[in-house]
Amino acid sequence: MPRYFTKDHEWIDVEDDVGTVGITDYAQGQLGDITYVDLPAAGQWVKQGDAASVVDSVKAASDVYAPVGGEVTEANAALEDAPELVNTQAESGGWLYRIRLSDPGELGGLMDEAAYKAYVAEL
Amino acid sequence: MSAVNAAGWRPEMGPAQHPAHENAPHLTASGDKGLMLEEPLIFELGKPGSTGVDIDASPRAVSPALAKFRRKEQAALPGLTEPETVRHYTRLSRQNYAIDLGPFPLGSCTMKHNPRLNEKVARMAGFADVHPLQPQQTVRGAYEVINELAHWLITLTGMHGVAMSPKAGAHGELCGVLCIKAALEARGEDRKVMLVPESAHGTNPATAAFAGFAIENIPATPEGRVDLGALKARLGPDVAGVMITNPNTCGLFEREMKAICDAVHAAGGYVYCDGANFNAIVAKVRPGDLGVDAMHINLHKTFSTPHGGGGPGSGPVVLSEALSPFGPLPFTARMADGVVHLVEEEDAGAMGHDRSFGRMAAFHGQMGMFTRALTYILSHGADGLRQVAEDAVLNANYVLRSLDGVLEAPFGASGPCMHEALFSDENFPEGFSTLDLAKGLIDEGFHPMTVYFPLVVHGAMLIEPTETESKAGLDRFIASMRSLAARARNADPSLKTAPHFAPRRRLDETQAARKPVLNWRGE
Repeated sequence: MPRYFTKDHEWIDVEDDVGTVGITDYAQGQLGDITYVDLPAAGQWVKQGDAASVVDSVKAASDVYAPVGGEVTEANAALEDAPELVNTQAESGGWLYRIRLSDPGELGGLMDEAAYKAYVAEL
Repeated sequence: MSAVNAAGWRPEMGPAQHPAHENAPHLTASGDKGLMLEEPLIFELGKPGSTGVDIDASPRAVSPALAKFRRKEQAALPGLTEPETVRHYTRLSRQNYAIDLGPFPLGSCTMKHNPRLNEKVARMAGFADVHPLQPQQTVRGAYEVINELAHWLITLTGMHGVAMSPKAGAHGELCGVLCIKAALEARGEDRKVMLVPESAHGTNPATAAFAGFAIENIPATPEGRVDLGALKARLGPDVAGVMITNPNTCGLFEREMKAICDAVHAAGGYVYCDGANFNAIVAKVRPGDLGVDAMHINLHKTFSTPHGGGGPGSGPVVLSEALSPFGPLPFTARMADGVVHLVEEEDAGAMGHDRSFGRMAAFHGQMGMFTRALTYILSHGADGLRQVAEDAVLNANYVLRSLDGVLEAPFGASGPCMHEALFSDENFPEGFSTLDLAKGLIDEGFHPMTVYFPLVVHGAMLIEPTETESKAGLDRFIASMRSLAARARNADPSLKTAPHFAPRRRLDETQAARKPVLNWRGE
């Protein structure tokens, strides 16, 4: 299952036409302890680059931009009671929402893991 | 023992468990340390049923219709006598920090001294004891004060009109943006986008969204100012306007402001300027000359009225000729009879003000702040206000340059800062951050600076010394900052556990945010 990354530190795993979106381990490290995650509702349509989710940490509230456009199919309910999952399992159990891609072509503008690692190393 | 304050000490635990005295050789039986007083929660004091008021013990007859609402058990109120109550709050107040105790270098907040002359004037009976529903002829003097202050605000900003009623900065922003909306509607245009640069205050996009606009970001240049090229490229028939904070929240003056305003006007939009940082440019720059259409002025910042828990905010909005007709009611005006009146709906038409978007508040605004702000303006005069701006900028640059080579200043090369100096934790070793330095500042006896804002800087520390700190006071603060920065660079583990000398040690801010306990649940 291919994983793509954005310059804003979101990741997306894509299987068929559904993607799972989260923030990267690097991003959670920068944000510090996460205290609340505002998630989109299933059925909500978002455009690529929309602030579909907001992550509150002890430092700041940060927008999480949609890496691709489409229809949100599911939000990670586990984050309601345990937002710290985004800290402990940023790139697995701490996923934010799933989205049915409206245009898989949008993935073309994203980075693969190697490119993202090189990008983070530059920061 | 309640679970509420589990981390805190309470009297029945005895001095040995006092967190501040752990293994210390000088424990006291009371837990107090000289004049540093400990204090339990109010619910843990006194005894239930006791009271400071002599109330008849036998309940009065309750009307039958209400009898079913009679309380079945005692209300869980703390039972304190009057002296116990007074001492409780006075002891708590001694654990607090205030502008009357020392510097309050919160960037973007302008926590400057509140002159006592302001307080003296505000307490004069003719100002303190008036009510907004009094007959107009009994409060002529109060209207004169509002009108005189309005005149000063218009003159200092070079604008056409002013709405005095907004109750705080963000309320003023909303007022200004609603004026823009009304002006666009009057032109029959449906422009939906408000542009907000990265260097703006966080309230700006929130205000525009609240007023129904879609927000689009404009990037900052590497030197921390609005990217004029990016702004021009985005302008078009769907853009209602732009909200710019100037001086911006990186502590820099937007040098291209005139060009920005000209470009926005040429594209049919309006310019809202966040004037929260007006203290850096008051009596030096008139925003109206730069082309600004609306700008709020925080009386509780630039004009020294109390804030931060000390008093209500007040955010009058100055308006350009294009926006003034849409400003809110009521407003003051000197009429043909030579005295100042409050213009309401019934008179607005005759005054040529029939296109107002509505009201921001029931009455005319924060009278108590108007008297203080006008006192401040009149006691300083135009030359004194100019010195306010110059000293605010001088003090901030003194802090900026005194920490050269000690703390990373991301925009240090962008020229002098305005009223606030911005640093980052970029040069701290792994595991040390802005938070540790801020906590260390508490041990040093200073209120921490603004941290982690603005977001464009890694681990931002935004320091606004204000013009009311003396050089000696600034030198003490700078010495503490240099010491703390050195401890951070040397990875001093004791900095990770600061504060050590505050009434409470480092709090678990994560749990406080994730699982806040906001009420007392008893034993």
